[in-house]
Amino acid sequence: MIQLVPRQATSTAWQVATPVLAVLATMVAGGLLFAAMGHEPVAAIRTIFWDPLFGPAASYSRPQLLVKAAPLILIASGLAIGFRAGIWNIGAEGQYIIGGITGGAVALAAYPADGPWIFPAMVLAGMAGGWAWGMIPALLRNWFGASEILVSLMLVYVAQRVAAWMAFGPMRNPEGFGMPGSRNLQQYPAAANPELISGTGAHWGVVAAAVAVLATWFLMSRHIRGFHIRAAGTAPRAARFAGVNPATLVAFCLGLSGALAGAAGLFEVAGPAGQITDTLGTGYGFTAIIVAFLGRLHPVGILLAGLLLALTYIGGELAQLTMQLPAASVQVFQGMLLFFLLGFDLLTRFQIRRRVLA
Amino acid sequence: MQRRTLLATASALIMALAAPALAQDEPLKVGFIYVGPVSDGGWTYQHDQGRLAVEAEFGDRVETTYLENVPEGVDAERALTQLALAGNDVIYATSFGYMDAVMNVAAKFPDIKFEHNTGYKRADNVGTYDGRFYEGRAVIGTIAGRMTETNKIGYIATFPIPEVIQGINSAYLHARKVNPDVEMRVVWAYTWYDPAKEADAANALLAEGVDVILQHTNSTAPLAQLQQAGKIGFGQAADMSSFAPTPRVSSVYNNWAAHYVNSVGRVLDGTWQPDGVWGGIGDGIVAIGDITDAVPAEVKAEAEALRDAIGSGEYHPFTGPLNKADGSVWLAEGEVAQDEDLQGMNFYVEGITAQLPQ
Repeated sequence: MIQLVPRQATSTAWQVATPVLAVLATMVAGGLLFAAMGHEPVAAIRTIFWDPLFGPAASYSRPQLLVKAAPLILIASGLAIGFRAGIWNIGAEGQYIIGGITGGAVALAAYPADGPWIFPAMVLAGMAGGWAWGMIPALLRNWFGASEILVSLMLVYVAQRVAAWMAFGPMRNPEGFGMPGSRNLQQYPAAANPELISGTGAHWGVVAAAVAVLATWFLMSRHIRGFHIRAAGTAPRAARFAGVNPATLVAFCLGLSGALAGAAGLFEVAGPAGQITDTLGTGYGFTAIIVAFLGRLHPVGILLAGLLLALTYIGGELAQLTMQLPAASVQVFQGMLLFFLLGFDLLTRFQIRRRVLA
Repeated sequence: MQRRTLLATASALIMALAAPALAQDEPLKVGFIYVGPVSDGGWTYQHDQGRLAVEAEFGDRVETTYLENVPEGVDAERALTQLALAGNDVIYATSFGYMDAVMNVAAKFPDIKFEHNTGYKRADNVGTYDGRFYEGRAVIGTIAGRMTETNKIGYIATFPIPEVIQGINSAYLHARKVNPDVEMRVVWAYTWYDPAKEADAANALLAEGVDVILQHTNSTAPLAQLQQAGKIGFGQAADMSSFAPTPRVSSVYNNWAAHYVNSVGRVLDGTWQPDGVWGGIGDGIVAIGDITDAVPAEVKAEAEALRDAIGSGEYHPFTGPLNKADGSVWLAEGEVAQDEDLQGMNFYVEGITAQLPQ
């Protein structure tokens, strides 16, 4: 008989090992899926995990990993802090969209002015927009006890409508023949977020993601607020006795994760996306939740998880191109990753023992 | 700039590898980028049918690949670059929101030919193609005007862009031509594809006493509602013949195969030009689905005569005298609308009492 025995303390070794196991299990199960669909499984897995890094077009796809991973890491870094405290911001996608709009609005208002203040002002406005959108669920929870999970999630749909309104209404490109979408900020040098060092893919969003990883690491392990967050997450009652104000914590966590998501939205609007459109949100805010958990809510883990997810996106595209794997199978593959991660999570909290039958 | 050189080198390399190969009758590589899955039964499905038609027409002389489910925005430029780096000689980008990404990638790969669907930007290696869907609306508008008993016809519109406004105006004008008492009700669904919203829109129209519905949205949900209500409608984007003979009494569908076969043929024989193709019934791009027996024979004959007159160029759906909704003169007696005017159309014609969203 096999028996699960709770551990005294969560196992650090397993915390590191389970994501690796989850990736390996995903490769095996994904390989079986691809084989069942009539594709060569080893080749498919190699195309997804190996070719973007070392394949024939790797000089292009490697920098693209950073471009794809940066918003995921930036958003997940903020989300993880709240998740550690038991505050569930599921609506980063909405904060991302609103940040993109408020940040982009600064650029559109300034157009065609030139000046070194424009881009920093856009970043601040983007963060403020995301922060404000995150504060809505925070205040509703603090004042009325409304679930921040539901409120933040539903505000995503409101944000999508706002984006459509902006793209078709106030922010529509006056030179766009009545078509939806704002001016393209890539073509407005003072507001653009281009590649900083050519060939690296790195734009300001990549820099911001790196800073976010360092700053959240510092916050969580060296700052008293980080201690409060961890305390609130593991022992809320004890935390209250230690002087942690739950309302402040809710506002802090939702506001911070909102601001980071808003910044990510702005970096995308000014960079890879280029404009405010009705399809501004492409799911980074939701994927970042996977990244946060895949990275064990730890800054370094999130960094690696963001890069891994980016790899599956870009590798998935290559698999579509070279093997004509359907896009949906790649999404199933990403879903498997989360599934196995949560499954193996059991091992960090429980031991597997064989019970000797008398 | 270095990245540009890097990409140029990469493309030059691929070209260098491909050039001698082409001399040995290597197949022409044709890439497609789709916004939805190929199984959507509507917009993307019709494009993919076009891709399959190219394979059927040219056999071993071409090799086609596609990337499906590529969102407009942050991912488009990377996906297009991947298609370019994979050695495609011609790339078709099949959604409006890819426009700026196509322009960026085309500038980096001057030897690859690009065609962008429904856009308005062109370059030495970028052409555009689109359908004169208003021609099809004229035909089904005629059927709608004849078939309505309540003298109220409904239109489920997507977004207030010129293509959709052309469709509403054309449908209304031709319904009124055969039924002077007809009224047009318009519901803006603000989506291209969302079965739930489209069903709501259909029900809202039915509640207002509408008994014939035209849809610009791409799902079959409105037809399903019409089936329950015992009223009629038309297939859109795809033929939707599974709802024939009623509620789907005819359809306007996009036959991109006609364009793709023509365009790839021109690439193969070296006569391709970066044109702005705006094809209608006469070019085969806009097709009218079978008119079922639910429509009286004389109405069917009338609709088919109109279809043929438009197809032969003998009749233009926007022929004066026509006034705008504000009463001002748009086209004088016998005057025909210019393409430039249609492509920026932002007004209703006289007789439509609804307000156009701004």
